[in-house]
Amino acid sequence: MIKHESIETNAGLLIALTMIVISIGGLVEIVPLFFIEDTIEKVEGVRPYTPLELRGRDIYQREGCYLCHSQMIRPFRDEMLRYGHYSLAAESQYDHPFQWGSKRTGPDLGRVGGKYSNEWHVAHLLRPRDVVPGSIMPNYPWLLENDLPYSDIQARMRALRTAGVPYSASQEEYEANVERFGEEVAKQLDILNAEENLMRQALNGNYDGNRGRITEMDAIVAYLQVLGTMVDFGQYDQGYFVEFR
Amino acid sequence: MSESQKQDAQKQGAVQTTGHAWDGDLQEFNNPLPNWWVWSFYATVVFALIYWVLYPAWPVASTYTKGVMNTITFTNDAGEQVETHWNTRALLLRDMQEGKHAVRSREYMEQVAAASYDEILADEEMLAFTRSVARGLFGDNCAACHGAGGAGVMGLFPNLVDDSWLWGGSVEEIQLTIAEGRMGFMPAFRETFDDQQLDAVASYVLSLSGHEVDTDLAASGKQIFQGEAGGCYYCHTSEGTGMKSQGAPNLTDNIWTVADVPGAQDHEARLAAVKKVVRDGVVREMPAWQDRLSEEQIRLLTVYVHQLGGGQ
Repeated sequence: MIKHESIETNAGLLIALTMIVISIGGLVEIVPLFFIEDTIEKVEGVRPYTPLELRGRDIYQREGCYLCHSQMIRPFRDEMLRYGHYSLAAESQYDHPFQWGSKRTGPDLGRVGGKYSNEWHVAHLLRPRDVVPGSIMPNYPWLLENDLPYSDIQARMRALRTAGVPYSASQEEYEANVERFGEEVAKQLDILNAEENLMRQALNGNYDGNRGRITEMDAIVAYLQVLGTMVDFGQYDQGYFVEFR
Repeated sequence: MSESQKQDAQKQGAVQTTGHAWDGDLQEFNNPLPNWWVWSFYATVVFALIYWVLYPAWPVASTYTKGVMNTITFTNDAGEQVETHWNTRALLLRDMQEGKHAVRSREYMEQVAAASYDEILADEEMLAFTRSVARGLFGDNCAACHGAGGAGVMGLFPNLVDDSWLWGGSVEEIQLTIAEGRMGFMPAFRETFDDQQLDAVASYVLSLSGHEVDTDLAASGKQIFQGEAGGCYYCHTSEGTGMKSQGAPNLTDNIWTVADVPGAQDHEARLAAVKKVVRDGVVREMPAWQDRLSEEQIRLLTVYVHQLGGGQ
């Protein structure tokens, strides 16, 4: 039996044992979720991000947007009325790391996709107070100045593939994605065509209002516009989601 | 026991120490916990045991204990009563259906949904309900672009409080704009016109709303505006009064939504503001809200926007 004194006078041992105790608390809450069948709702439409959206997500994290904005609408009446349908676990199944949270200095962005026009997002990101006079959000003018670097997009997708996101790296995986998501989406998830897909989406979408260039603004607006739009809630009975709890 | 008596008792060894000593003589007394604390602790343990029985709690293989003697009933979209174990999603549905606020607002909602726009506008009570609910909806959904008061942002988002309407100011037209969205588009003429032509067109446009301009320039601008070179009259009409079906603004009323003429200090700046719009064109999108807001919510917002000012 280890004595109190020998633990408390040995910093290394104290740290190790503290970490074990704390991780037990976390593990008993988290690990069962991997085995419980109802954790992730079975819904259609949720897909991994396209290469452009993925770069947008990277920028979202780089700029620390998550410090003020959560992407988790909780199942409360006031949140439903303000933001829309509560977030499903299924909707963030390809997020690594997820963007949940309850620290909201700014509003929740779980369903911001499609809520405002691209022009609004550009104006708002450049100078939030141009469109929302009382806003305390900082300006992000460099998003429109910086060309979007995307030469490493394949490496980024491969890293997420390692974490379990079904980006395809072989013909076999591509065909599995066609089966699972349909051809249109499967093409976007193909790592080998990532640069081309990114370019095409940015030029066709013209999210930043500047057709000639692909800027960081293209990527982050493309990302914001897809948030919370993948599941068509009209096709499910509200009672269906209750079955998963 | 007074403070000094306590210290004496401790010195005499009546209170145990934890047995550690730091720096030679630094010791820690092992006083018993206060009774109230100990009993509170036991109470939380008992609470946890009861909670485990009543509420979803323990993982078991691929499922979990759902709690007993604690069901909740809600109505699903198909109108069937569903009874299930207690959980927050069912609780939310019940709150949305039977909660105090939900029931009260639904009463009015049904009334408003059944009434025609004329009836709503004529009825003080329905109008008051509409204003108070729609103010929240407007704040959540519309104010980001159109501003909390609906004044919009010059050049980007239309003003909703003035008398000028791009897509029409009747309740039916406002409802259509909210439900289905709008795509405002004017082509860019930077390839078509040289600088002199831009000056001419801009002068003519300013003259339409009574600004003093160079008459020669305005005359040649008129040629472009009304002729095939510019073709401006396709959408703005030959009188310059605009066309609702295209969202083309009236150029004669001196109300400006894209070109920042009111903000210009002098004639040169006014000219430059109009030229900028002609040169770069306009692409403005109002998103469609019918998938995001319910039909009733769109009705409320329609009335609210109509009432902001200038409703026709």
